[in-house]
Amino acid sequence: MNKFESELKKGNFIISECSDCKEIVWPPSNYCNKCFGHVKWRKPSEIGKLIEFSKKENVNFCIAEFEEKIRIMGTLIGEIISPKIGQRVKLKKCGLNDGQFNFTMALI
Amino acid sequence: MNKVCLVGYGNTKFSRENISIDSLLLSATKSLFEQNTNLNQKDIDAVIVSTNDNTKYLAAILSEIAGIKPKIAHTVESLCNSGANSTVSAYSYIASGLAKVVLVVGAERYDSPGQILDWDKSRGEFKHPIFWGSIFTKSHKRKFGTTEEELAIVSAKNHKNAQENPHAYSHKNYTVEELLNSKKLTEDLKVSDCSRSCTGASAILLASEDISKKFSSHPVKIKGIGQKTVSAGFTKNANFSCMQSTVDAGKMAYEMAGIKASDVDVAEIHDAFTVCELMALEDLGFVSHGKGAKYVKNLFDTENRKINPRGGLIGSGHPLGATGIAQIIEILQQLQGVAGKRQVENCKVGLVHNMSAAATSSTVLLLES
Repeated sequence: MNKFESELKKGNFIISECSDCKEIVWPPSNYCNKCFGHVKWRKPSEIGKLIEFSKKENVNFCIAEFEEKIRIMGTLIGEIISPKIGQRVKLKKCGLNDGQFNFTMALI
Repeated sequence: MNKVCLVGYGNTKFSRENISIDSLLLSATKSLFEQNTNLNQKDIDAVIVSTNDNTKYLAAILSEIAGIKPKIAHTVESLCNSGANSTVSAYSYIASGLAKVVLVVGAERYDSPGQILDWDKSRGEFKHPIFWGSIFTKSHKRKFGTTEEELAIVSAKNHKNAQENPHAYSHKNYTVEELLNSKKLTEDLKVSDCSRSCTGASAILLASEDISKKFSSHPVKIKGIGQKTVSAGFTKNANFSCMQSTVDAGKMAYEMAGIKASDVDVAEIHDAFTVCELMALEDLGFVSHGKGAKYVKNLFDTENRKINPRGGLIGSGHPLGATGIAQIIEILQQLQGVAGKRQVENCKVGLVHNMSAAATSSTVLLLES
């Protein structure tokens, strides 16, 4: 289990950033996919923007983008009347249980 | 560089049957040998297996049970475009002179592990293909005003075309109204919008042009190849109403062949979901972006089989590793003029579009009679 997964298991969302060229490496990896430099781990901004969304039964799901780079699919919670693409979202919760990754976002 | 032709094929019926992967591979190979009586096991220099099955050493296993002792034998796995990708490998062996004759056999079981890409953590808990299919569909609807009825027409057309395909998983015909009433899976997808994973196998034979007439009186040339992989993770797609890997692969194939989209007479398009057919037609230049639905409606209304004459993935079923091979067989039969009731008249140029993992990778082949 890498650092991303061990932190996610504790409910912390961290990302990898290259120590040399400062590129955000997503999906998380131990080495930069631009210059192969070592990465350091840090918390990203919890505020992102809505890229796209849909709904299965009563569960809304979406793609959200953080720091103009990191895109994740997750559950969209809260009052959702007419979401707008580009609308701000906040990462509310994340986890890793039995090998299952999960992310929960809310419109703000 | 040696020129490369398609010279033979073997098919099996697509189903939901519980058949072992080696039996499937052998069935398609047997069918190919039965239809190519000039072919002897000793002629085959390379055997390539296309599958996502976890069984190891399948090309050697197939070679042994089919009595072949090839120089080259290996598996190609690339999720849903394993079939077209294994054909590109076969092409390369012949073009380079490493082989003269290559057998490519694709097979998959209904319970294939290739349906889910576990590595893609960015999908969170939404790993099943219906979630990326929903995102593509919502995005296309938003950008171009695509309607549920227009999507249902894609499904109706492909189910109708599949009725004349003896190897199709289903021969049911549906009205657009029936499809509009099919079960909703998500806000943007109905059951009728989805292709279905199934069991099946398909085989093709490729040969160097200089010996192609030994195996076929009507060899079909591979004129253009384009492949592009933009990422492995779905969320890396730059936008969700256009499939960039398909745009790039199409451009490469057209350039290599010296052929334009308007020259293509018949095409197999990877309709994993109904919206994928619309997007691919737009991305490959058959129509401008946003005009795919109108184009397909016209094909449906006029009973024109130009796009997905065998019924596509939605009508025929989708045995992942066999799908690309089955698509190639359809275009080969069309260009040889032996497609029976599915025959598109006077076709000389055909296109195959095979893609994988939410369009993160696409392969486009251009074939000419």
